[in-house]
Amino acid sequence: MTTENTTAPVAIKRPLLTPFNVIAGIIILIGLPLTYLRFTGGLGAVSNLDNNNPWGFWIGFDLLTGVALAAGGYVTAAAVELFGKKEYHSAVRPAILTGFLGYSLVVFALLYDVGRPWRLPYPFFVSQGVTSIMFEVGACVALYLTVLFLEFSPAALEWLGAKKLRRVVVRLTIGLTILGVVLSTLHQSSLGAMYLIAPSKLHPLWYSPYLPIFFFVSSIAAGLSMVIFEGSLSYRNFSDIMDEDHRKNRNRVVLGFGKAASLVLAGYFAIKVFGVALGNHWHLLSTPYGLWFLVEMIGFILLPCFAYAIGVRDRNVKLIRWTALWTVLGIVLNRLNITLFTFNWQLPADQRYSPHWMEIGISVFVVTIGVVVFKFIVTHMPIFYEHPDYKEAH
Amino acid sequence: MTESIHTLQEFMLQTKGIIYILAIGYLIGFTCFWKFLHRRGNKEDVPAE
Repeated sequence: MTTENTTAPVAIKRPLLTPFNVIAGIIILIGLPLTYLRFTGGLGAVSNLDNNNPWGFWIGFDLLTGVALAAGGYVTAAAVELFGKKEYHSAVRPAILTGFLGYSLVVFALLYDVGRPWRLPYPFFVSQGVTSIMFEVGACVALYLTVLFLEFSPAALEWLGAKKLRRVVVRLTIGLTILGVVLSTLHQSSLGAMYLIAPSKLHPLWYSPYLPIFFFVSSIAAGLSMVIFEGSLSYRNFSDIMDEDHRKNRNRVVLGFGKAASLVLAGYFAIKVFGVALGNHWHLLSTPYGLWFLVEMIGFILLPCFAYAIGVRDRNVKLIRWTALWTVLGIVLNRLNITLFTFNWQLPADQRYSPHWMEIGISVFVVTIGVVVFKFIVTHMPIFYEHPDYKEAH
Repeated sequence: MTESIHTLQEFMLQTKGIIYILAIGYLIGFTCFWKFLHRRGNKEDVPAE
């Protein structure tokens, strides 16, 4: 893989007072006292969670949405390393980094959400509970986070100049990719399977025995869309540190991933319709919840599917990029529908959970931390360019 | 749609029957969608910056 621009990013001076830095600084300044409040006053001090509603916005957004949107790592790694799509090689490191940070933030957010966060290792060392689907989710997320760390580590080791260690880790790439796909298949679907225990609480249009399949298939669409969306944002902000390979292959990645996302969304739409047919829930489509279901199905699955297809067919990269954002929003909507909007749908409105503003504030704080760390890593480590010392190795 | 269903067998017969019809319709629709998607399948035709 040849590169012409190998300028080290550390040489590029960036101004400190940018709109991004100011906004991120304000969010972090608000988030720190909220964090103090959470860990000194408990869950009740910052959230509307209680014994009747132990799972709220943090599970819906930070966990379920976060894990789905971090799926770009295993999708891209599988496409390049396992299916031989080497033309998308430039997308692997940014996707792995996004996945690694995404899963790290999921665990970071869990520290806020779990009542006694110091007990997070209990399922591994104290009380396994191997018959619980949550054990499987916890084990897979912990193992996959380790896999993502190892997959990401060559970039960090190149930055640190640890050539021997890097060589060892790079040899594990294929094995790690296979392990990553297996673990992702398991826990992406298991997150949906967690809601199989609540058929009377989740609205019938969203509840289905196929929930694990819905979650897994939608995670692939989410991962593909996130790679496109994150790639366009990165180009806008970090094009000065990208090498020629990343710049040239940018549109090829967008078109290829857009086509794949279009096909996956077509399949996802079909199995969602099969889910309605399996429960014979057609009559519910004319209710207010049914209309909301149609908004999700048509507005955030079927239309993005066709928008991707039109974009790919007409080579309209701009349309594909906007559709990627559209699809990401659709996945967020789907996860929030299942965890918040249609959960306990039969209860009166005043008895239902709604998130406290501080819950949302902490989630925004967590996401901001992730974006700041992403910015630090891509401006210091070889994510968007080949390190000059390892050009032959890629 | 549910008025005539009284037994589990009737329920399964109806839902499975509809799913088979939907699956056939989907396979036909997906073939058309595939052709629509690949109408300009020139791999080298990647727009420049």
